[in-house]
Amino acid sequence: MDVRVSGVRKEFDRFPALHDVSLEINSGELIALLGPSGSGKTTLLRLIAGLESPTEGKVFFGDEDASLKSVQERNVGFVFQHYALFRHMTVIDNVGFGLKVRPNSSRPSSDEIRRRSSELLDFVQLSGLEKRYPAQLSGGQRQRVALARAMAIEPRILLLDEPFGALDAKVRKELRRWLREIHDKTKHTTVFVTHDQDEALELADRVVVMSQGRIEQIGTPDEVYDKPNSPFVYSFIGESSKIDVRVENGELWLADRRIGLKSDLPDGNAWLYFRPHDVALVKDSDACITGTVVASRRVGATRRVELELGGNAERIEIGISADHPAKEMSGIAFRPQHWRVFPRS
Amino acid sequence: MAHDLSQSEPIGNVWNPATTESRTARYVLIAITLVFLGLFLFMPLVSVFVEAFRKGPAEFFAALVEPDAKAAIRLTLLVAATAVPLNLIFGVVAAWTIAKFEFKGKAFLTTLIDLPFSVSPVISGLVYVLLFSSHSVLGPWLKSHGIEVLFAVPGIVLATMFVTFPFVARELIPLMQHQGTTDEEAALSLGANGWQTFWHVTLPNIKWGLLYGVLLCNARAMGEFGAVSVVSGHIRGLTNTMPLHVEILYNEYNFVAAFAVASLLALLALVTLVLKTLLELRYGAELRAAGGH
Repeated sequence: MDVRVSGVRKEFDRFPALHDVSLEINSGELIALLGPSGSGKTTLLRLIAGLESPTEGKVFFGDEDASLKSVQERNVGFVFQHYALFRHMTVIDNVGFGLKVRPNSSRPSSDEIRRRSSELLDFVQLSGLEKRYPAQLSGGQRQRVALARAMAIEPRILLLDEPFGALDAKVRKELRRWLREIHDKTKHTTVFVTHDQDEALELADRVVVMSQGRIEQIGTPDEVYDKPNSPFVYSFIGESSKIDVRVENGELWLADRRIGLKSDLPDGNAWLYFRPHDVALVKDSDACITGTVVASRRVGATRRVELELGGNAERIEIGISADHPAKEMSGIAFRPQHWRVFPRS
Repeated sequence: MAHDLSQSEPIGNVWNPATTESRTARYVLIAITLVFLGLFLFMPLVSVFVEAFRKGPAEFFAALVEPDAKAAIRLTLLVAATAVPLNLIFGVVAAWTIAKFEFKGKAFLTTLIDLPFSVSPVISGLVYVLLFSSHSVLGPWLKSHGIEVLFAVPGIVLATMFVTFPFVARELIPLMQHQGTTDEEAALSLGANGWQTFWHVTLPNIKWGLLYGVLLCNARAMGEFGAVSVVSGHIRGLTNTMPLHVEILYNEYNFVAAFAVASLLALLALVTLVLKTLLELRYGAELRAAGGH
């Protein structure tokens, strides 16, 4: 099922949570809404589900205007952050709930409901726990019951709010891989919310980066990591270093020194962004960035050094090979290999 | 109605001398508590039963099956059977409204629910007299339609409802606020309609709190004196509830009969206390489970 969010704005008590958000999700895609807290990602997810209604704008499922429909009629599978399992029902009753509450005309027989619920529990690898209550399950097991319950209604799309947020690191990694496998098997159009970039980059087909109620960038994990289109995305995803530079006649200057990088921005002040590990050391005599080592530490396979740049006493980090001596107070000259320049407003 | 949920938690630790009083101080404190409880709670309770049986069981049972006493018992049961279910419904609706929706004037509404607790029951009764007496706006209209409220059963039910309204609502509001709305949202997203959501999800979530509130509401409804006394008119065999009947008998120096009927009320109190304790054991565990995600 294609999903199209078109020009959606949402205000809570006049406080805007989303500004004019548009998004197209293709059938069968696994999409991550990634952003810091307060970026509006959960609001967007709830709007798609119909748990909130937009102040302006529309949500389409295929060609059908879903904004006119209630949450019940939209037939979406929603997995809540804290699972929201019904604590007084057994696991199998939780999974069968969506089928049990259907109107008489479309409700399967109770045998059929039990059979389908067992099948789903089998699918999420929880067979044998049918008679347990949610309080008797671990976090990871609860998460899987919540997913089975959402899938039982044969939803048109699957929406997950911080699906791994409440789990410890090890279970989180396992479930991440497992969710990807489930998605590859069922081909449900799936949208999940996360603030964890590793999760988004590892799991999603496309990542929607959000900040302050706006979409900053939509792209594959490679695109948002390698070609961030804004200072926010550059600093939010992966590590980045930024330097205060100046554009003059298509060349970048750091204080009174050309650094050998070109830009087609108009003349003026700008931010130079690059990945700390993506630099090449050069000879001091060339046009380059130079700095004095103020701190150096070994991080895994590389050495991370903190440099004090000449001129404006800025400090930045770069990653270099571990066998580089990088003595304190010694000079280092380098050029970023991939970089982006954003005008300073 | 603040019930201490932390009671069953281990309190401090036994090695900590800073919070441990000396042996003497402990015994003195315990003795004071026991003497106080004995004098002010246990003795009166025992004396009710002693007085009731002073002239033997025959007199005791005679006082209970006498027509006026039977009428009073019947009326009390009728009033409780009307007021409690109605307050159950209103209490759930009010708690639902306050706990699950955001709207202007919510704080005011919450305060209003507490009003019957803060107003003297006599005043509550007088309000109904002012509302429904023949000099009021409503009184003549009701009279012309042949509806009697004051000095009749409807007035007693209304006064009882007013006084006992907060019990269910007060019990449910914190519970429902604590539980939030995600369970309901989950049910709705799975296709359940409003009624199914309430019946299969909300109600089971609040059932112990609800039962607790109903229990307290019932105890008060059967025992209410002040408000009912003002609106009842004290017509023997017609508008006397058990507490009013006890008072009349007592004023007539018919102590055995008065204490016999009073012993029924005391028995009700004891049963309520036992049920309440059982519920607290069960319901306390439930609340802790709800808090532990």
